[in-house]
Amino acid sequence: MEYFIQQLINGISVGSIYALIALGYTMVYGIIKLINFAHGDVFMVGSFIGLYSARYLANAGFPPVVVLILSLVISMTISALLGITVERLAYKPLRKSTRIAALITAIGVSFLLEYTGVLILGPQAQGFPDIMDKKQYTLFGSSIQVESNQVMILLTTIILMIILQYIVRYTKTGKAMRAVSFDVEAARLMGINVDRTISATFAIGSALAAAAGVIFGMTYNSVDPLMGVMPGLKAFVAAVLGGIGSIPGALVGGLLLGTVETEISSLGFSSWRDGVAFAVLILILIFKPSGLFGKNVREKV
Amino acid sequence: MKKLNKNFWVGIIAALAFYGVVQVLLTTGIFTDVTRSMLLLIGVNIMLAVSLNLITGITGQFSIGHAGFMSVGAYTSAILTLDYNVPFVPAIIAGGLLAAVFGVLIGMPTLRLNGDYLAIATLGFGEIIRIIMLNTEYVGGASGLSGIPAKTTWTMLFLFTLITVVVINNFIGSTHGRACIAIRENEIAAEAMGINTTRYKIIAFTIGALFAGMAGGLSAHTFYVITPGSFNFLKSFEIIVMVVLGGLGSTAGSIVGAVFVTLLYTYLREFPEWRMIIYSIVLILMMIFRPSGLLGKTKFSLGKFGKKEAKANDAISENSAP
Repeated sequence: MEYFIQQLINGISVGSIYALIALGYTMVYGIIKLINFAHGDVFMVGSFIGLYSARYLANAGFPPVVVLILSLVISMTISALLGITVERLAYKPLRKSTRIAALITAIGVSFLLEYTGVLILGPQAQGFPDIMDKKQYTLFGSSIQVESNQVMILLTTIILMIILQYIVRYTKTGKAMRAVSFDVEAARLMGINVDRTISATFAIGSALAAAAGVIFGMTYNSVDPLMGVMPGLKAFVAAVLGGIGSIPGALVGGLLLGTVETEISSLGFSSWRDGVAFAVLILILIFKPSGLFGKNVREKV
Repeated sequence: MKKLNKNFWVGIIAALAFYGVVQVLLTTGIFTDVTRSMLLLIGVNIMLAVSLNLITGITGQFSIGHAGFMSVGAYTSAILTLDYNVPFVPAIIAGGLLAAVFGVLIGMPTLRLNGDYLAIATLGFGEIIRIIMLNTEYVGGASGLSGIPAKTTWTMLFLFTLITVVVINNFIGSTHGRACIAIRENEIAAEAMGINTTRYKIIAFTIGALFAGMAGGLSAHTFYVITPGSFNFLKSFEIIVMVVLGGLGSTAGSIVGAVFVTLLYTYLREFPEWRMIIYSIVLILMMIFRPSGLLGKTKFSLGKFGKKEAKANDAISENSAP
């Protein structure tokens, strides 16, 4: 039982990473119905920016908490700009074309980011600096251990979720985003600047992915230009699992997928981990295609 | 009908003439081994692209799992020739048939989904097939199978490619093909007209899987080695890229796309660092400036090459409610 709970705790930190990436997928899909395959690579870019800013700031002698917060902010800001640029240059000209053309473009952007990364940074993995001293906490006098990193990850995720909920529920941009995802044309008629709203969605999604990237670096201590592929795909699975287009769904889907994967690995089937993730995806798609929290949309004739 | 038959024979004769010229160039040694393996790769890719075009371009079912079928065919035929000494052609056909069985098995549950959900489900299945291969010791696990006899000759490959193109092209022109196109244009309307949409979707999916499996077998017998990693979703993407770049829904387009992508890939190998960057920029620019692909919806006929299909309506995967 204790072992199980220990794995659950470990799963939550992996799940938080998936959840943060999944949010970007889900928001973009909800608004322009595009599976943004380049999202996993924005996560990678965010991780690298986090790495360099953390290295620089730590050398400059800032205290660890400041280093963490500043690297998160820097990484999220630059990645948000990257998200907007990608959307403006690659996706916006395709707004009126077929879905498959947009999807191919997304794949193209994904390759472009990955291999530009390889070109500039080299293909080998780089060590992520330890921003915080790692401490182990023991819970309830039992053998269950929590690392300080895991606490940080959970805290960061929860804070970002609260900010996101605030933006989506209470700000003008958030209202516009919900309106556009509900009906683009009606939103436009109501005077909402659709292009700006879509850019904002990309910016927020990319910023969250960048935060996930920094967290990923802190957890696994190793980042490389191709690292975004699998987490990106898994996060998409998480988004579908929770119900694509639904923000709470992405959070629950990510955490669920993270814990399931960790449990599978801890049972000694780590090489089947990815397979289980995809099997979960297919089962969900077959039995409840709208996901756990998704709306059931009926096709009208 | 007479005209169609004439076009058909013109096409066959042109293809045979092409075969003859290449055969002469190969035997006289004007074409080097590098050119030869590139030709084989092009043939395999044509089979993959044309078969995926039947699923995605004609029937409108978006699949990102084509590499999975390819790997089933590749592994089956490789095991048959390696462990059971089965002759080459039956082994390739057996690989194709098993891939077709997988096509039915995967198609039955997933083809009820539409649009992006189907794409993701097929992607998931493709990855599951890869992970099963990765974890099965019998097929070599992560290191894959090696020492597969290089039995794919130019003649064999040409025959298989020709059969693929002819069978799929004739299928598209038949009643069944029309039904598939009707499903692509509007599934609900097709159903209302009495087309058994599920059945036709599965048929298209199975035929596509069959030829993808054969292509996999042929590629396994060209390059000595197969590993699970070479059949991941990036390979599936590559096939989709060929189909879309060539022109979704056009067999001729798929062939052109396959040739174009293979040549691009091969020639960019000289600039390894820039290869994928140039490739991705080409992809993005193509989609922005010519989203209908190189040939658009051009039909496969040498008689009047370049004639557009009458109702070029790219309503693929456009499932949004009115």
